[in-house]
Amino acid sequence: MNEPTVRIQKVKKDTVKIRLIIFGALAVALMLCSIFAEHLCPYDPYLQDLSNAKAAPSAAHIFGTDAYGRDMLSRVIIGSRSSIYSTLLLVAVITVIGTAVGVVCGWNGKRIDTVLMRISDVFLAFPGLVFALAVAGVLGGGIQNAIIALVAISWPKYARIARSQTLAQKETPYIKAAKLSGSSTGKILVKHILPNIIGPILVTSMLDIGTMMMELAGLSFLGLGAKPPMAEWGSMMSDARSLLKTVPWVTFAPGLAIFVSVMIFNLLGDTIRDYADPRSRGR
Amino acid sequence: MRKYVLHRFLQLIPIIIGITFLAFAMMRLAGSDAITEKYTNTGAAVSQEVIDEARAELGLDQPFLVQYVNWLGGLVQGDMGVSYISGRDVFKTFISKLPATLLLTFLSILMTVVISIPLGIVAALHHDRLTDYILRFLSFIGNSLPNFFVGLLLMELLAIRMGWLPVISRGVNLRSAMMPTLTLAIAMSAKYMRQVRATVLEEMNKEYVLGGKARGVRNSVILWKSVLKSSMLTIITLLALSIGSLLGGTAIIESIFMWDGVGKLAVDAITMRDYPLIQAYVVWMAIIYVLVNLATDILYHALDPRIRLGVTEG
Repeated sequence: MNEPTVRIQKVKKDTVKIRLIIFGALAVALMLCSIFAEHLCPYDPYLQDLSNAKAAPSAAHIFGTDAYGRDMLSRVIIGSRSSIYSTLLLVAVITVIGTAVGVVCGWNGKRIDTVLMRISDVFLAFPGLVFALAVAGVLGGGIQNAIIALVAISWPKYARIARSQTLAQKETPYIKAAKLSGSSTGKILVKHILPNIIGPILVTSMLDIGTMMMELAGLSFLGLGAKPPMAEWGSMMSDARSLLKTVPWVTFAPGLAIFVSVMIFNLLGDTIRDYADPRSRGR
Repeated sequence: MRKYVLHRFLQLIPIIIGITFLAFAMMRLAGSDAITEKYTNTGAAVSQEVIDEARAELGLDQPFLVQYVNWLGGLVQGDMGVSYISGRDVFKTFISKLPATLLLTFLSILMTVVISIPLGIVAALHHDRLTDYILRFLSFIGNSLPNFFVGLLLMELLAIRMGWLPVISRGVNLRSAMMPTLTLAIAMSAKYMRQVRATVLEEMNKEYVLGGKARGVRNSVILWKSVLKSSMLTIITLLALSIGSLLGGTAIIESIFMWDGVGKLAVDAITMRDYPLIQAYVVWMAIIYVLVNLATDILYHALDPRIRLGVTEG
């Protein structure tokens, strides 16, 4: 009875590695695509060609053209710049800010901890996108402001994780030894605490990339993120939706791009979590 | 019990004061106000005198703190002021948008529960078999689809191609509610099915299940009487959180389908800098926050009497 289970587990471990390689490669491909977007576009994404407007998908224009005759494939590719790059930047900023706050709270305790954690409670309790809407609305449109809005509402989750991990590390003998031997607080935090708590935080940020991409696109969709003519997937979908009846591909091409990218990052996130924490497999 | 509930309601006061102040301050920091937005949008060139007069009329020329205190004073007397843009009573405007959001919340939660709980249980029972893989795959797809994309796909498919449902809502009725409900339910079901599956699986691996089986208790009895009952705690917490955010109005879905609820109202108010309306919305969010937390705690207590209703708990 025992043997088959052992065998199954072994096979599963191998698929995790293979999945990690495949999804990792796909994610890297997406990132490269966003870096070299200009060179990959078959046509100029901003060039209007009214004689060829609203062309259905064909061999020359795989995703068709929009109401101004711009090639949709090129627009989707150039849109990856703002969508993918901004998302990664967003996740990186949230991770850094959240971790910093969490480590400081966990290490110091006392009043600063109470105050910051109460603030994070409020943020965690309120529906994220509505809050982001308010912040983005106040700051005005623009992709930077959308990023700031999402950072403002998303850091508490990371602060919570970093705080609880720091609290657990703080009481370990090696930290006490470091303190006794006279290491400065800064050195302990950066050299000892951080390397030991960063694992779960990074896994969380990998899992969040997909969600953040959707939320950023959502803000742009509402007109609070990227502004036309800048090609961004969410705002491209929003611009084209009044023409849904006649040129559905203009709406669905960027939608498909969001879906595929989110899926790749979600798959990668899940795989990394499985790799880091074998118990979560198949959950 | 009564004391506990009362205590929780008293918490509303500091929360409302805190977050309305925050919202007020944030809006002020933005620099632009309702008058500027109003005249910029009409595109007409207006003299500074007219603008100043309009500002004075709304009290926008007064210092920030005075404005806030005036607003708070009004709130205590049950007066939420009038909208800067439409000039209508804020409280009445807000209340008139509530039924739409309440209906949408109710329908989409109902549909989510009906879809996700049975499917989650089925997936857990068929752990690592074909059914499980298919369901997990579907839930994965659902999790990766942005809800506005789902909404537009449904619009194209059900309204434009098939002509079954109206493209945008025509008033608040069940027929118009179908598409926004479906859109919300698809996204939420994908998430919950996964959660239900994970929770049920975790419970099934506990020792009492093995003990029950060893004593010859039927599988169905173990599942329905023990496993599901203890899994419900986690599921209810999640549902409560979702209800909270749905009651806040799903800005994107409501605006895609022109569903006339509070989410759309809030987006419009935010873009127009209509402070009194925004404040009404913020107060509503605070009320939801307290109510949802309270309801969750009471339900917890009902499902698992070991969990005490602590008065000091935040």
